[in-house]
Amino acid sequence: MADKDFEAGLGGLDEGPGASATDPEAPFGEAGHAADHPTVAALRERFGEAIQHHVVVAGDEHVVHIPAERNTEILRWLKEDPEQRYLYLSDITAVDFGGGRPLEVVYQLWSMELKRQIRLKAQLPLSALEIDSAVPVWKAADWLEREVFDLFGITFRGHPDLRRIMMPDNYAEGHPLRKDFPLRGRFSRAEQTRRALSMEVEDYYTPEELGIAGDKHRHGQEAGA
Amino acid sequence: MSKRTVEYLVTRNPEMGLDGRPVQAPVVPLEHDPELSGEHMLLNIGPQHPATHGVLRLVVELDGETIVRCIPHIGFLHSSFEKLGEYRTWNQIIPLTDRMDYLAPLIYNCAYAMAVEKLMGVEVTERCKVVRVMLMEMDRVFSHLLWIGTTALDIGAMTVFLYTFQERERVYDLHEALTGARITTSATRIGGMMADLPPGFVQGVRTWIESCRRTLDEVETLLSNNNLWIGRNRDVGAISAEDAIDYGLTGPNLRASGVPYDVRKDRPYYDYETYDFDVPVGEHGDCYDRYLCRMEEMRQSMNIIEQAIERLPDGPINVDDPRLILPGKKDVMTDMASMIHHFKVVMEGVNAPAGESWFGVESSKGELGMYVVSDGGSKPVRWRVRGPSFINISALPKMVEGHLLADVITVNASLDIVLGEIDR
Repeated sequence: MADKDFEAGLGGLDEGPGASATDPEAPFGEAGHAADHPTVAALRERFGEAIQHHVVVAGDEHVVHIPAERNTEILRWLKEDPEQRYLYLSDITAVDFGGGRPLEVVYQLWSMELKRQIRLKAQLPLSALEIDSAVPVWKAADWLEREVFDLFGITFRGHPDLRRIMMPDNYAEGHPLRKDFPLRGRFSRAEQTRRALSMEVEDYYTPEELGIAGDKHRHGQEAGA
Repeated sequence: MSKRTVEYLVTRNPEMGLDGRPVQAPVVPLEHDPELSGEHMLLNIGPQHPATHGVLRLVVELDGETIVRCIPHIGFLHSSFEKLGEYRTWNQIIPLTDRMDYLAPLIYNCAYAMAVEKLMGVEVTERCKVVRVMLMEMDRVFSHLLWIGTTALDIGAMTVFLYTFQERERVYDLHEALTGARITTSATRIGGMMADLPPGFVQGVRTWIESCRRTLDEVETLLSNNNLWIGRNRDVGAISAEDAIDYGLTGPNLRASGVPYDVRKDRPYYDYETYDFDVPVGEHGDCYDRYLCRMEEMRQSMNIIEQAIERLPDGPINVDDPRLILPGKKDVMTDMASMIHHFKVVMEGVNAPAGESWFGVESSKGELGMYVVSDGGSKPVRWRVRGPSFINISALPKMVEGHLLADVITVNASLDIVLGEIDR
């Protein structure tokens, strides 16, 4: 007998977890007061209209929404301005709410000297998932952006080495952390197994690495065959 | 914050040279032969190799024995925990967290519970706070013990591994007494703990601290002044303070470079500001300083555990909130309302208000950030883990370039990575 509740509990295995029910227009949290956070006050003064929203979440976490096209300008200013000094990038990640809503890129910064924390968010519509890379500002952004690229499919313009990082280089099923991605993957289990077993040398090494090895890897292959 | 230097350990060296540096075999630079240079070799290390501490794969470009470039490949252990989390209720995610860093599972359990509690606006009880501090510090020592054991093993000192694993075994027993599991503890719940401390647990921790301090002394006697150890670690994999911050290093790897950033001091949670402890800071940022920092950190952590035991208050371990906490098993079996309550909490889960929280704690590897986003339901919209090992290992190419091939193993070991959390 098919158990309806059990079936419902398995929902999303084949079509993704589904969209979030929150209001897409209103950002989370209460409206923040710039006076509570010196950095937000300085950002508002320096960038004016570019600071779209300022909200406070979970009691004391300040979140600033910025336009995606000005992200590196604002991030670089936060790092280099002598009054701010956000030298340490904690985290870059992305959030997908599903239902065709824009993806959010989240930057978590910490100023070691001033002991201040701030979170910046930039929204990217699904039709244009591109944003400037923060690698020129912080080296820590390198792998964090590769992870977001791999799992969400956001392209970071100017990233020196934008490759998949978690999934194999020849992975063709899409970007797993998107809401429309099914938990079991897009291909059948048989197809997934077939692809895993039929990987070539080119799937294990990047073209750059194979360039170092020259033609030697070809000889190795023939010897093994 | 006291800025400790590492010099006092070096000056205890009985085999000190006239210039105050330890005596070690001179390194004779090889004469450069243009005939032999120019051809670079590609070497693949791992993923199945014990010295990579898991399934890390390194592709190195070699000029002779010198590293020209190192390219890490990760993802062999990727199980998409973050995606799995989107299908689970808030409490069901806890077992996923300790499978990330299985070397310090309780820190991950606690960090996740703290992030969700902050999102929900739940304040845990005083007893729960002290217990969690105690458990987190215990697992910090637990993780560092594995680090020193395996690092010494990589470099060729077998004995240390046996000494430290004996101490780890005692912590495994404490884990088992507390939760029934030795590695996958899943000890926390939103709003409290799975269970209160079992009888005799505190005494067990005291006994363990006593023997662990002796073991640490023995390990230091074996390593700190050991010529081979110094020769393999000193000035190897050094990274400057500016570079370390730029690459996002945290934890002992960052502090060895001289940056006194410790989340427990800079953004204290659970009253860490009221505990008396020092943050050891190195000077040179090399493997030897990372070793000294971790050794001292273990001693400081044991001091914190002792202070926590001193102040351990009585009272409930869980918050008094029926939305979060299950009713007692006896009530569930005898009382209809309690049974329905139990059923609803288990089957529907706990709802978190719409919002988000990014919460950082100091794990044994560095800053561990938990980012949870909720839309008001019983499952997260997004659960993100900022794993310290993931960021630390991304600085490996920078640290090993120009060093010898054998140093890759030393530097990789000194970073204290855990692949379960890098690949997630």
